[in-house]
Amino acid sequence: MSSREAFLEGVRKALGRKSGQPVPAPPSPLLSIPAITPAALITMFQQRLEALGGVFHLVATQEQACRQVETIVGNGPAVASNNGVLVKAGITSLAGVQSGFLEEAALREACTNAAFGITGADYAMAETGTLVLFSSPAEARLISLLPPVHIALVAASRLLTGIDELAAIAPNPAGLGSSMVLITGPSRSADIEMILVRGVHGPRAIHVIVLEEESRIP
Amino acid sequence: MADVLERVGWSVDFRSDQTCCGQPAFNSGHVTPAREVAAHFIRVFRDAEFIVVPSGSCVSMITHHYFDIFDRSSALFEEAEYLAPRVWEFSRFLTDVVGVEDVGARFEGVVTYHDSCHALRELQIKEAPRRLLSNVQGLTLREMSAAGECCGFGGAFSVKFAEISGGMARTKIESILETGAGTVVSIDSSCLMQIQGALARAGVDVRTMHLAEVLASR
Amino acid sequence: MSPEQRDGIRQAVGNPKLQLALYSATARLLEKRLEAVSSRQLPSYQQLREQAHQLKRHTLDHLDHYIVEFESNVIAHGGKVVFAQNGEEAADFVLGLAHAKGASLIVKSKSMTTEEIRLNERLEHHKLAVVETDLGEYIIQLAGERPFHIIAPAVHKTRQDIAGIFQKELGVARDEDPEHQAMIARKTLREKFLTAGIGISGANFLVADSGAVVLVENEGNIRLCTTAPRVHVAVAGIEKLIPRAQDLAVFLKLLGRSATGQPLTAYTSFLSGPRRLGEVDGPDEFYVVLLDNGRTRLLADPDKRQSLYCIRCGACLNVCPVYRKIGGHNYPWAYSGPIGAIITPQYLGVTKDPWLPFASSLCGACAEVCPVKIDIPKILLDLRKEVIERSPGFSTSAEKSAFRLYAWLMKRPKLYALAAAAGRRLARLPFAGKVGPAAKWARERELPVPAAKSFRQLWRERPPRTNQ
Repeated sequence: MSSREAFLEGVRKALGRKSGQPVPAPPSPLLSIPAITPAALITMFQQRLEALGGVFHLVATQEQACRQVETIVGNGPAVASNNGVLVKAGITSLAGVQSGFLEEAALREACTNAAFGITGADYAMAETGTLVLFSSPAEARLISLLPPVHIALVAASRLLTGIDELAAIAPNPAGLGSSMVLITGPSRSADIEMILVRGVHGPRAIHVIVLEEESRIP
Repeated sequence: MADVLERVGWSVDFRSDQTCCGQPAFNSGHVTPAREVAAHFIRVFRDAEFIVVPSGSCVSMITHHYFDIFDRSSALFEEAEYLAPRVWEFSRFLTDVVGVEDVGARFEGVVTYHDSCHALRELQIKEAPRRLLSNVQGLTLREMSAAGECCGFGGAFSVKFAEISGGMARTKIESILETGAGTVVSIDSSCLMQIQGALARAGVDVRTMHLAEVLASR
Repeated sequence: MSPEQRDGIRQAVGNPKLQLALYSATARLLEKRLEAVSSRQLPSYQQLREQAHQLKRHTLDHLDHYIVEFESNVIAHGGKVVFAQNGEEAADFVLGLAHAKGASLIVKSKSMTTEEIRLNERLEHHKLAVVETDLGEYIIQLAGERPFHIIAPAVHKTRQDIAGIFQKELGVARDEDPEHQAMIARKTLREKFLTAGIGISGANFLVADSGAVVLVENEGNIRLCTTAPRVHVAVAGIEKLIPRAQDLAVFLKLLGRSATGQPLTAYTSFLSGPRRLGEVDGPDEFYVVLLDNGRTRLLADPDKRQSLYCIRCGACLNVCPVYRKIGGHNYPWAYSGPIGAIITPQYLGVTKDPWLPFASSLCGACAEVCPVKIDIPKILLDLRKEVIERSPGFSTSAEKSAFRLYAWLMKRPKLYALAAAAGRRLARLPFAGKVGPAAKWARERELPVPAAKSFRQLWRERPPRTNQ
């Protein structure tokens, strides 16, 4: 018997079950998605994000989004992901912003030296001030992780209420990328005398730019 | 307790055949002696209309744990089921069965109330004693910060792990002293014994009283 | 209990610095938890607990099925599942992997499971450098100690302690500022993340329908451990499984709030395999080591199986008056607090530390805060019964006889009344407090003074009542 078979047989024996024995459906979690207006969602998101020490910006156009990033980043150095949103808004063309990395070593080097990491976000959750990022060819993981400041651009239409809605809208995260990360505020630790310190390993500051533009951003 | 019950219009009987509910043996893992003592308890009280007990831990033993020590198919298990609804902790009997919250008592002084663990967590007794105390003439009730924290008695635990038990008692009396109360009240004598011992060892002039004693005062 | 264990407890209780650190840290976490699960913040809290309990119950009752489903989904996404009966097999796998990859440096995130199997020791024995990257774990690794608390491993260390540790182990100038200390750790560890050959993590949850590992954290070290190195190995007990990704809607609402009062921690990672085609970063290889190490033994007991529902939030530690007095180091195994007290005897046998289930006043505070509703006090009582039955050395024959005598006496009310009266007289004698249990009691507090008259006497002396 292989070690895999022996292992599984041990579990079955403990439970008094046979191989292939059917399993009833698991109890279903009751997902509750409150009805909240888009404007109220934005307000809630802002409040929660700011309570975590994040910085909130609301813009109406891609042009304004680009200006906002420029204000934050100055001369950089910044790394931006390959997200189409950032390209369309002109963010990847800003001076001081490097983008278009297709090769990991170069990406790593740039992120290690960067003061800012700029990404999009697939969703945001208003109840907790959270960003939802799936990894993809357009969104590398390290950009929201290595540089000390993370800037994320998210469409207002992508704001969800909370994790129940996320579970309903994206019940199969594994189908979308190797990694889904929920980012709720900056990196922090209270391991030393229960004193809060920011930016221990991940970014110490996070800026979220919510874009209210009408057109649906893929 | 008998005085108070008679004052509110109930006739009280004391069956001198009663001894113990069996909890000390049960909590120490000695189920057989516990079972024998529990059987005796059932014999003594099986036909009583109401059994009123000045202790939360005894009531939880009788109404919850008797089902852990009698075999499901035995006659005694059935008797325990029949007995349980008639067993009442004193303060709850007053508020829920007699239906009074003012027993016409008088007691001058500042009092703080200690929630005994069995009463609080197994029987959900929290409001009844406080309501009864707040209606006592001349009595000022002050909440301590750690009212629901264990005093450290725990039966044999107080002796087997005396240093931990002592430490827990000291934490409790620190909380008591913060209230400035002159009297600590509880519905469990074992807690009162533990707290009194710790107060006396600390040389503090605060006394302990059972709820029944306070309610009997005129 | 061994003299060393007894001593350790006495020292902890008598150490004011430790008592203050322990009490205030746990009080703070409790306060935050209370706010986060209040009816204002989380009105569905009690329903969620029940749902979580039922989901865990279903999963564990059919665990073989979910292991197989999990494995097939991990493979479908390009990863591999390794079955480890015990710590040795888990370590052997990692060693083989490190050898095959030529990896000499491993970065690791906090994992109680790896603590349980002493993975670091096994790997270091074979000359692999293993670096703990969670700030608290890093500090105590440098100090050569074990974690003090499931969630806050360095809760017992002051900034002065840490300044000394960094100075000694890292050769940096002495600095007692916590912010500076955190930045020192960040700088030192970043270099490790980026050069390590393997990243090892635990898992908060394993998701069967996705072949995914879910990890929650606040610092970002887990993200770095599972992204930067070429290889990611997740070591997890089989009890971490949940059926579907959507079930996280239940568990994630309970975990952060119960542990630290946070609705969500800073980062929640849902990792389903190595990097996909076209992704620029992420590990090239992804392994999940499923660990038994005795879990099937706990599974086999239907009454105590619920011990495996634990999601490692630490709430029971924070609320336990015994843990708050003695701290994590006085528990015999990797797991401390109430959960430690019930699983240690089940994994290691009741005869190893037979005193452990008795080191509780059965106050029930743990059961009240457990997000998955494990009935810890009931299991403690079951274990006490087992100790009495199976550990002849623990319950002395004197104690067994004492309880037999107790039962004999309690069935004879008239004799009981006589004995009680005699006891009251004896208790007033001067030597009463110097003998046996009374002496132990008297070490910590004054002995109770018996009443002048027994209740029976008073009852007999009452004027007769007319029946109403």
